[in-house]
Amino acid sequence: MDKKRKPGSMIWTIILGIASVLWIYPVVMILLNSLKKESAISTAAAFKLPTADSFTGIANYIDAIASKGFLSSLGFSTFITITSVTAILICCSMCAWYITRVKGVISQVLYYLFVFSMVVPFQMVMFTLSQTADKLKLNTPWNIWIIYLGFGAGLAVFMFCGFVKSIPIEVEEAAMIDGCNPLQTFFLIDVHILKPTMISVGILEAMWVWNDYLLPTLVLDIKKYKTIPMLIQYFRGSYGKVEMGPMMASIMLTVIPIIIVYLAGQKYIIKGVAAGAVKG
Amino acid sequence: MEKALKRYAPIFILPTFLAFVIGFIVPFIEGLYLSFCKFTTVDNATWVGLTNYIAAIKDTSFTDSFKFSVMFSVVSILTINVLAFGLALLLTQNLRGTNIFRTVFFMPNLIGGIVLGYIWQILINCVLSLTAQPLLALNSKAGYWGMIILMCWQQIGYMMIIYIAGLQNVPDSLIEAAKIDGATNLQTLIKIKVPMVMSSITICVFLTLTNSFKLFDQNLALTGGDPNHTTEMLALNIYQTFYARSGMQWKGYGQAKAVIFCLIVIVISFAQLRATRSKEVQQ
Repeated sequence: MDKKRKPGSMIWTIILGIASVLWIYPVVMILLNSLKKESAISTAAAFKLPTADSFTGIANYIDAIASKGFLSSLGFSTFITITSVTAILICCSMCAWYITRVKGVISQVLYYLFVFSMVVPFQMVMFTLSQTADKLKLNTPWNIWIIYLGFGAGLAVFMFCGFVKSIPIEVEEAAMIDGCNPLQTFFLIDVHILKPTMISVGILEAMWVWNDYLLPTLVLDIKKYKTIPMLIQYFRGSYGKVEMGPMMASIMLTVIPIIIVYLAGQKYIIKGVAAGAVKG
Repeated sequence: MEKALKRYAPIFILPTFLAFVIGFIVPFIEGLYLSFCKFTTVDNATWVGLTNYIAAIKDTSFTDSFKFSVMFSVVSILTINVLAFGLALLLTQNLRGTNIFRTVFFMPNLIGGIVLGYIWQILINCVLSLTAQPLLALNSKAGYWGMIILMCWQQIGYMMIIYIAGLQNVPDSLIEAAKIDGATNLQTLIKIKVPMVMSSITICVFLTLTNSFKLFDQNLALTGGDPNHTTEMLALNIYQTFYARSGMQWKGYGQAKAVIFCLIVIVISFAQLRATRSKEVQQ
């Protein structure tokens, strides 16, 4: 890999280095402010480092966790993300395999409906969707994954279809001749071949569900259940005066796990996101 | 094989299909129907014909938010793509630390819109108060540029990744051939690299276009449309029409606006599809 580096490349490295520091500065600023006392946080002083006077350690974090319900939000967000993404991966890959392998009018119509649903903005269906969810009692964190499966199916089926087409059908036929039924063929053969796509789709859908604000706000009862984005928005909406300390602590508690997951799996995340973009 | 598969159709298709009916098809059809009605819930709708559409088009807050969305989209598309392409060029030059830079620049993309909005609200308000200007809630110009900066921060890394993938596919032999023929760096860039990554450029332009046009969370968190709806984009305007006002007529107006919004997005997406297809043929 050690190609000869061009002269002058050092200057660019330095410029990009400075840019990178500026790039992560907003997050660092929130981190520093989240360590200040409530009285020391003001709009004009946000750039100042915490001093001995204003430093409170992790008091804001304790407040966010103990009295602002951060942990329950974290639990709801995690549960909703895991159930939704699992449902999307299993159901949509099966559906995509079927409509690619069985040619016919139904498959065609379904495929184009799914593609169409990717294009439609959420505002188009937000009111009617929340009413439908209420009627069918799909308005709790335990079964909201059904809504996510329905609304997220478009992208997932589309991406899976694109990949299933490239799987040689001979492999599946061989499995069938050896006595596999379609379910066995799918779960013993295709799922393994589809693994890279599963990771891409999983990452994209997880990012969407985890960060989604509007859908859970409209569907869930905000007094009982708050996901993390709802909690952060709620700081502004309901306490009268915004308590900046716990709010910034909550932001940090949200951002830190994302950064850890990102650093651990960045190879997959960057690849998955790029693959999704090129196909979408 | 198809025969055996068909017997299993319910297992393979039904779960996704049922959820899709609940989560998309029914709400979509109801939404279309309700845009011609007066209602407060799905069950008490009365038909009013095109009244909602006429009211929506006459609503100046809607047309203003449309103009704002267009102005926002044009500027954010330009800045994001130029900067992302520039970064991608630099990061394909085998510089020291390329991987770290890529990781850092991509990072904001993973943070959700609401959180992003509040991070930048705190930062921008601090800058504004240090320079003795009105804060975001009273300053529509700062709101506009704040959203542009926020959008750049979030999207540049993403677009950069797509451009890097495109640039890495440009064959070295082409660039060497150009060098031998005496092309300067600028000429190689304009005559060879840019045409070769044209498909990446189309993808990125349309991704930024749809992202900017559909923007909601960031808008809600950063400015909330303040001051006085001047920084309100289309999606937020529709949301406010639905949920911030009481009275029979508003939900109908909101739904009609949503249908118009949906049509605009569909037109944009079809243009995207055609443009991408035509590029694919050339290669």
